[in-house]
Amino acid sequence: MKILTGNDLKTGDVTWWDGQGWSRHVNDAVDVGEKADEIAAREEASRNVVSAYAIDATKDENGVRPAHIKDRIRALGPTVRPDLTLKPADPTAGNWVI
Amino acid sequence: MYKYDNYDQQMVDTRVEEFRDQTRRRLSGELSEEKFRPLRLMNGLYLQLHAYMLRVAVPYGTLSGAQMKALGDIADKYDRGYGHFTTRQNIQYNWIKLEDAPEILADLAKVEMHAIQTSGNCIRNISSDHFAGAAADELVDPRPYAELLRQWSSFHPEFSYLPRKFKIAVIAADTDRAAMRLHDIGIQIVKNDAGEIGCAFYVGGGMGRTPMVAPCINEFVPLDDLITYSEACLRVYNRHGRRDNKYKARIKILVHEMGKDEYTRQVEEEFAHLKSQGIEPPLAELERIKPYFADPAFKSGLSDEIDRTDTDFALWVDRNTVVHKAPGYVSAVISLKPVGGIPGDASADQIRLMGELATDYSFDECRVTHTQNIVLPHVEKARLKDLFDILDANGLSSPNLDTIEDIIACPGLDYCSLANARSIPVAQKISERFSGSGKTAELGELKLKISGCINACGHHHAGHIGILGVDRKGVENYQLLLGGSEAEDTSLGKITGPGFSEDGIVDAVEKAADVYIANREDGERFLDTYRRIGMDPFKEAIYG
Repeated sequence: MKILTGNDLKTGDVTWWDGQGWSRHVNDAVDVGEKADEIAAREEASRNVVSAYAIDATKDENGVRPAHIKDRIRALGPTVRPDLTLKPADPTAGNWVI
Repeated sequence: MYKYDNYDQQMVDTRVEEFRDQTRRRLSGELSEEKFRPLRLMNGLYLQLHAYMLRVAVPYGTLSGAQMKALGDIADKYDRGYGHFTTRQNIQYNWIKLEDAPEILADLAKVEMHAIQTSGNCIRNISSDHFAGAAADELVDPRPYAELLRQWSSFHPEFSYLPRKFKIAVIAADTDRAAMRLHDIGIQIVKNDAGEIGCAFYVGGGMGRTPMVAPCINEFVPLDDLITYSEACLRVYNRHGRRDNKYKARIKILVHEMGKDEYTRQVEEEFAHLKSQGIEPPLAELERIKPYFADPAFKSGLSDEIDRTDTDFALWVDRNTVVHKAPGYVSAVISLKPVGGIPGDASADQIRLMGELATDYSFDECRVTHTQNIVLPHVEKARLKDLFDILDANGLSSPNLDTIEDIIACPGLDYCSLANARSIPVAQKISERFSGSGKTAELGELKLKISGCINACGHHHAGHIGILGVDRKGVENYQLLLGGSEAEDTSLGKITGPGFSEDGIVDAVEKAADVYIANREDGERFLDTYRRIGMDPFKEAIYG
């Protein structure tokens, strides 16, 4: 699947297109198919997101998983600071990106 | 320390208001990202992997206690409670909100700091020896010259859009503590046979994907030609540096392709022309600057004795203090490399504390090193134990300066959008491995440097042991390099062979260390043994 990611213009937070808006959680990301460029252009023009780009990902019972490690780290947060990731209570969350 | 005059302050304050308006226009939609991006980068604001990142300039690595404390306050107020000290003597904040950026710049301006020219194809922060003004072996304090260069290069209209970024380092000792020959221009303040002070110019060094050691193009430029000669070096680069390919745009490529002799000829020709233009600031300006860097009021008659009863303290003194030019004083290095920690990171509380310690113990001065540590340059030996106890109580007393635990590491893929692999976890595992095995002391001086991509912010080319993270089909892989140095014996490391996994590279480093221990002769450092016995014994042990 193709999913769309970018950063919130004001906060810089990593965000994922969930079909209606932008979520901080990669598991909310939806397949954008061939519409990535169209959505990115519209959303950037509306100042909802900056530097949007499409990536490959897979989805199974565990959720959405970006294909590349860089995007998995973007989805989680820095592996060396579990307290600053989206799963601060799980010190092993970094294993997900490997 | 240099103090802003009205002109400096007005320049910085004006830029803050300018950026405040630009940010407002971006958020309101008057400016597109395409138009805003170069404006925010001119103010050090990047968009990184997780958020905006702000890089703040620390000119020649020197900070007052108040400035350091302000950096801690910013970490608390606008970031997530920490900052990251970089290999160019700067500090970066990783979690900045765009809407906060103008206010941060305003807070910085209040303590005579800014983030101008910490990005973009311009002359970046001037770096220098972190022991400047304290080192026993320096000819003069290099910082007045670095400050003169800072003033010249700030908003220089001709050099705001160079082919590529441009980094200058200034030192004034034969011992190079600033990686001088790995800069676009490295300047060493020297004395000629007539006893006159001048500058040796090394041009065309750098790391990145094409590492080069800068050749000396002029062994003695008179002091009153420092700026004019620098201008000539930049002009030739600005004229002929490649703008068609960013990977070939640095001055090192120009000097290499044009040839040192032809580049030098053109610089000399341009220099002769510029001399007739009278662009050199009067020496009076340098004389105006110098008193700001005058020695503090060192006490006389101090004892050199140190009570070494506390063994932890004694080890820290042996490892982390450096001889000072004034009797009774040392320079104390605060390691930001705790075992298993993140190289260069410090919490807001630690940053503020280091600012307070600078005020209380070091004549209100501290320094950021390019090795991502903090220096208190002027500490009385008699007060070292008190200082150590405070550091120890706050997680800042790691006794590991210049050991294998004192690792330089770039932010890597944990933070950086350019990185291919993570650097920090590798650094953490190596420091844990060697601390746990007890080999750190046995290995002595061993400089290990890790970069998460070919851009080499972690100086991997210049490590006695270097590690380069690469992307192998989406999987992190680490190449091992041996034999680099960024000191006065500058050399570039060589790759040992095929790369390793994250755990494999830690094993490989330990095997290389063991080869050194097995083969070293009296007094040899790792680097010396490598240079004597060559790569083969290491490859044999590592790849077997």
